[in-house]
Amino acid sequence: MDIVLLAFLAATAVAVLRVRSLFAVAMLSGIYSFLSATFFLVMDAVDVSFTEAAVGAGVSTMLMLATLAQVGHEERPKPRGRLLPLLVVGITGAALIYGTLDMPAFGDPDAPIHHHVAPRYLEQSLEATGVPNVVTSVLASYRGYDTLGETTVIFTAGVAVVMLLGLKRRRGKGEEDDHA
Amino acid sequence: MMEFVGHFNYWIVIFLMMLGFYTLIARGNLVKKLVGLNIFQTSVFILFISMGKVEGGTAPILEPGLGPYSNPLPSVLILTAIVVGVATTAVGLALVVRIREAYGSVEEEDIHKQDESF
Amino acid sequence: MREHLVPRVGTKILVPFILVFALYVQFHGDFGPGGGFQAGVIFAAGIILYTMVFGLGEGRRVVAPRALLTLVPLGVLIYAGVGVVCMLFGGEFLDYSALAHDPRHGQELGILLVELGVGTTVAAVMITIFFAFAGRGE
Repeated sequence: MDIVLLAFLAATAVAVLRVRSLFAVAMLSGIYSFLSATFFLVMDAVDVSFTEAAVGAGVSTMLMLATLAQVGHEERPKPRGRLLPLLVVGITGAALIYGTLDMPAFGDPDAPIHHHVAPRYLEQSLEATGVPNVVTSVLASYRGYDTLGETTVIFTAGVAVVMLLGLKRRRGKGEEDDHA
Repeated sequence: MMEFVGHFNYWIVIFLMMLGFYTLIARGNLVKKLVGLNIFQTSVFILFISMGKVEGGTAPILEPGLGPYSNPLPSVLILTAIVVGVATTAVGLALVVRIREAYGSVEEEDIHKQDESF
Repeated sequence: MREHLVPRVGTKILVPFILVFALYVQFHGDFGPGGGFQAGVIFAAGIILYTMVFGLGEGRRVVAPRALLTLVPLGVLIYAGVGVVCMLFGGEFLDYSALAHDPRHGQELGILLVELGVGTTVAAVMITIFFAFAGRGE
């Protein structure tokens, strides 16, 4: 099942690379997010699947469309040579594949990732916090400090966008209204 | 060749990553670059999550009677990463809109030409 | 979108369900998939859908930009505030066990409040970003 999904994902990524109509690219990236959400579901990561579907196929696509409405819909093909990017990508890919040779096999329950902190979370979470969803309890309690930082990052992004684009637009485009 | 079968998943995901990376560096249109970055990010998530899966496990929501659970830790990290990713994409797209207003185009070459002609 | 009757009617029916579903996901995040982020994004998606179909003016009527600007930092403040309250009750920063009479209830209360803060900020930021993008094109 996952091989099928991965094949679809690869096809979508290639399409994003080749297609020139940017509307299609936005839609394709939405499809890519949706397919990866399905993949996460197959991998038993339900929270992540939920979030990726809502964020990637929803909000991200809406933002891209909102941008395209102001920026233009066609990409101009580049006549420049393609050797250097291919070389960079090839070297990086080879290095990564070399790195994965040391990894445990896919789905192996004896992998070191499952032996340090994870069993402790799985066993003690219900008693210590009363919350069956281990992902929520780890996110909000065991690693709550990180989640505070993440919320601050989202807040900062909101502030940045408002500073760049302004929140209130009255009349005329000549006004530089950067303060909300 | 047991390695081959166990690692095939990872290699496909690395291929996806490289597709996104190539889109990022080899295309001139700024919006397409951002989409490539997005694909790159999502592929990294796929790689990470697939490392947390346990054969025959279920989702890590504790219920009496359910068998081995898949690892919740990658889920937590990736959850944070997804939301941070969309925040980054939003700021990037806002920058693209402003660039368009300042330079009149979102193709990398046009922007370089305008910069060099000063 | 004045002429498109089907999206208008469909959206008017769907949006309340979407918003209620977002609230369900927020509070049910302890027992099933869900939690603050998902709820915030779904809530924002509902409002954005309404704005896309009925126009930015209508969207601004439903969610005032002033209210948004208050909600965005409010979530972060709730989160950090819970941490400080824990310190005031004798524990460490973000040590929820100090919040109630026994550690387990303290943890549940702390997680609930904290997820609420996260959901608020995420929803408000997503809506704000969309309004900013849409407002730029006017």
